[in-house]
Amino acid sequence: MEWIKSPWPWYVGGPLITFIMVLMLFFGKSFGISSTLKTVCSIGGAGKLSEFFKFDWKEQVWNLFFVVGALIGGYIASHYMTAHQAIELNIETKTALISSGILNPGAEYVPTTIFSWDNLFTLQGFVFMVVGGFMVGFGTRYADGCTSGHAISGLSNLQFPSLIAVIGFFLGGLFVTHLILPALL
Amino acid sequence: MKYLKFLIVGLIFGVILTKSEVISWYRIYEMFRFEAFHMYGVIGSAVILGIIAIQLIKRFKMKDVDGNPIVIQPKAKNKWAPLLGGTIFGCGWAMTGACPGPIYILIGNGFLMFIVVLLSAILGTFVYGMLDGKLPK
Repeated sequence: MEWIKSPWPWYVGGPLITFIMVLMLFFGKSFGISSTLKTVCSIGGAGKLSEFFKFDWKEQVWNLFFVVGALIGGYIASHYMTAHQAIELNIETKTALISSGILNPGAEYVPTTIFSWDNLFTLQGFVFMVVGGFMVGFGTRYADGCTSGHAISGLSNLQFPSLIAVIGFFLGGLFVTHLILPALL
Repeated sequence: MKYLKFLIVGLIFGVILTKSEVISWYRIYEMFRFEAFHMYGVIGSAVILGIIAIQLIKRFKMKDVDGNPIVIQPKAKNKWAPLLGGTIFGCGWAMTGACPGPIYILIGNGFLMFIVVLLSAILGTFVYGMLDGKLPK
């Protein structure tokens, strides 16, 4: 059972994600997670302010169960299925991060010096958490999908708009990683 | 309880993304610096197998558990919305290191700061909804 506790390689993770997508299709639903953010807005009454949120959110409750399940899965995996949460980073990535002041890159899944309550009200923390989160929510809804809906389901179904969206994901990600993050790290 | 199966599939999804390190900020950073194959392997193998699976579903006209034909709703044939929205999301992905699924999963992993990221993402979705129809599609 040692393999359960050690990190799973890409050729285990990738095919299992396909398995989840196919399973959802057999349950009559399509795999797409960013829609849950829209559903939450609708439950909160945003339908009174914009037609965009005026839909029967009860039809989407299944997806909220999916993400609550995902949260629980994260808890179970980190508490019972992980020996230590260290990531084997490429040495170049590691060196770059150390030289920008991250003490122990890869020791945990997330750089906790950046993602901390103390850091929330600094420019760095505000951009990484608040601005970043806002752009995730805004961008996925504008693009009508995120990594699950466009990159996995959309590309699997050979949908052209999904290819455009994935190109956009990379344009934005490369821009921020190479031109914005160096100023903030 | 008709929703229980979605909770369970979600739970398995949370385990998969945690164990394959997809939820790690470092893995996303590495990906955008082209310094590791890991994320390309995960997404690439998922998509290649997904293409095969969906071709088989279509070829054999498979049905879902309720007996309805499996159909994947095509996305609207827009150009600007996926390009501009995708680029905005990509910026946020590189900052937070998380797309929507991982945001939930990271909270479960105990990184409670991602509650802030989740609330910001909900706010971002809300602001988009207020502007819907006013932006280039």
